[in-house]
Amino acid sequence: MNLRNITVVYRKELRDSLRDRRTVVSMIVVPIFLMPVLTIIVGVVSARLIGRAMLETPSVMIIGAENSPQIVAALRDLPDIKIVPAAGDYAQQIVDKKIRAAVELPSDFDAIISRGGTASVRIDMYEGEISSGFGVDKLQKFFRDFRDHTVRERLEARRLPPTLSDPIHVEEKNVAPPEKVSGVVLGGLVPYFVIILSLTGTMYPAMDLTVGEKERGTIETILCSPISRTSLVLGKFLMVLTASLATAALAIASMGLTFAIGSRMVGGMRAVSGMGLEFNVSPRAVFWVFVMIVPLAVLFSAALLAISLFAKSFKEAQSYLSPLTIVVIAPAIVSILPGVELNTGLSFVPILSTSLVSKEIVSGTFHWYYVALIFGSSCVYAAAALWMAVRLFQREDVLFRI
Amino acid sequence: MIVAESLGKEFRNKKRGAVRAVDGLCFSCDPGQVYGLLGANGAGKTTALRMLATILAPTSGTARVAGFDIRKQPERARGSLGFLSTATALYGRLTALEMVEYFGSLYGLDAASVRKRTLALFERLQISAFGDRRCEDLSTGMKQRVSIARTLVHDPPVMIFDEPTSGLDVISARTIVEFIRECRKNGKTVVFSTHVMSEAEKLCDRIGIIHNGKLLAEGSLKELRGRYGHDDLEEIFIRVVGG
Repeated sequence: MNLRNITVVYRKELRDSLRDRRTVVSMIVVPIFLMPVLTIIVGVVSARLIGRAMLETPSVMIIGAENSPQIVAALRDLPDIKIVPAAGDYAQQIVDKKIRAAVELPSDFDAIISRGGTASVRIDMYEGEISSGFGVDKLQKFFRDFRDHTVRERLEARRLPPTLSDPIHVEEKNVAPPEKVSGVVLGGLVPYFVIILSLTGTMYPAMDLTVGEKERGTIETILCSPISRTSLVLGKFLMVLTASLATAALAIASMGLTFAIGSRMVGGMRAVSGMGLEFNVSPRAVFWVFVMIVPLAVLFSAALLAISLFAKSFKEAQSYLSPLTIVVIAPAIVSILPGVELNTGLSFVPILSTSLVSKEIVSGTFHWYYVALIFGSSCVYAAAALWMAVRLFQREDVLFRI
Repeated sequence: MIVAESLGKEFRNKKRGAVRAVDGLCFSCDPGQVYGLLGANGAGKTTALRMLATILAPTSGTARVAGFDIRKQPERARGSLGFLSTATALYGRLTALEMVEYFGSLYGLDAASVRKRTLALFERLQISAFGDRRCEDLSTGMKQRVSIARTLVHDPPVMIFDEPTSGLDVISARTIVEFIRECRKNGKTVVFSTHVMSEAEKLCDRIGIIHNGKLLAEGSLKELRGRYGHDDLEEIFIRVVGG
């Protein structure tokens, strides 16, 4: 092993790779633009859909209430609901999205309320359909107000205080810091994207630097130079690692910027509508997520280098590496699932452990015991993968597939 | 110089079992000499030369290249030779200058020496006009000249050529043949493999005929003609390999 030769190979591979469009796309373009583009597309599409649904005046059918003109009139007076004539196939019309909801009332609804009884109201809806949901929200608000008004009237008639029906008042207040609130939502998302991108950023350079050399016939050229195979593989490995870390760093930077801009937009939205979510991830958390990604990037770089070297052709390498994406995505997805919590056992599961600890870090929780354990175990896996890659580069049957 | 001592290579093949590609190869080549390994496709020429270039490790025997044992000092042996074959391609995304300088650096030359030597070689091989162009944009002939510059950048005492003219047009092949002659003139030890009889006749001081991994006959062209009673090398070759 010769440090000078490793540097010479690394610099050459870096220059060579930066001139390759496919490497530049996977290493620079994708991590920079993927997150903002996804956010913009999802944001624009959902804003349009929600906006359209909010602006729409939902058509609602009243079923029953034949002898209850007062409730029917009150419903008809609602400004943001359109009452359409009743029909027997109202359920089908909801499914066909011709109307958004139907209110089923007893025919003597007015009489039941007048004599102080309890009337049943059923709202038929299309669950999960956003316009139907908005229609139902409006109907529920109407009936809530109607109920409160009726209760107040009944209490007044009996000369009882209005607090009789309201003995306790429940209030919810968030006491968790904003980054923890956003961490619950974003915590799983950030490492998920960063881990996937640090893998995809490694794929093309790993293939190009190994099986690519076989296909182009440059492997024999470099092997007849006096550089040792260990120095050669380490120079190549450093280049692949650079690609992986650059992809991860750019992905983190791009996500940070996207969330910062998103946070401002959401802040504005909250001021108007009272809705919203705080996007707050500290620079310290970003730094530690990156630190946790480093051994994983080493693992990916060494493993992909070894697997690609084993292949005879680019096509064969792709067929080996494509299933690997699923192997990496699966634990990353598991970490997003609610209820999956970090423990000592899971700290030894590569990828999943990094994903889980990053999720905690993003939400502002630093379990140093797990951070050290996961960093250490990931380093061991990374070293094993690198050792395997170095060993494979010594094997003639792999280099030449004799 | 090069001395091969019972050099052998056995491959393990799942279908064919143990395959002996080179079997007890012995020959030597002195400085200022061209030694030609003559053989049909699959005779073991490429494997033999790859072992001399330390790209493959021998399974039996050994060889000395410029005084270095290929088993014990493979990196020193590689540092003393230039290896050229049609399989030794160039890095397409590097310019001709970057390509040659990259190899100069790997041979341990400092930046100033690499630049000086590369520019001198470019002048001599008429590469200067396209030295800043990427190798992927060069014609076959231009690529051959850059490959030659790559093998010479560290001024090695030993040159190994594995079927260097295979697949080349007449003009490109002629450049290679002239280059081999120049190497001999400059006192380098040259070993090259071919299955083109006319090339061997033109260039070689000594010829070894290899078949099924074994060296069946060896000598100067004159000695081989006397031994087999034929002037035509092709006839001699056929008689030796028993075709």
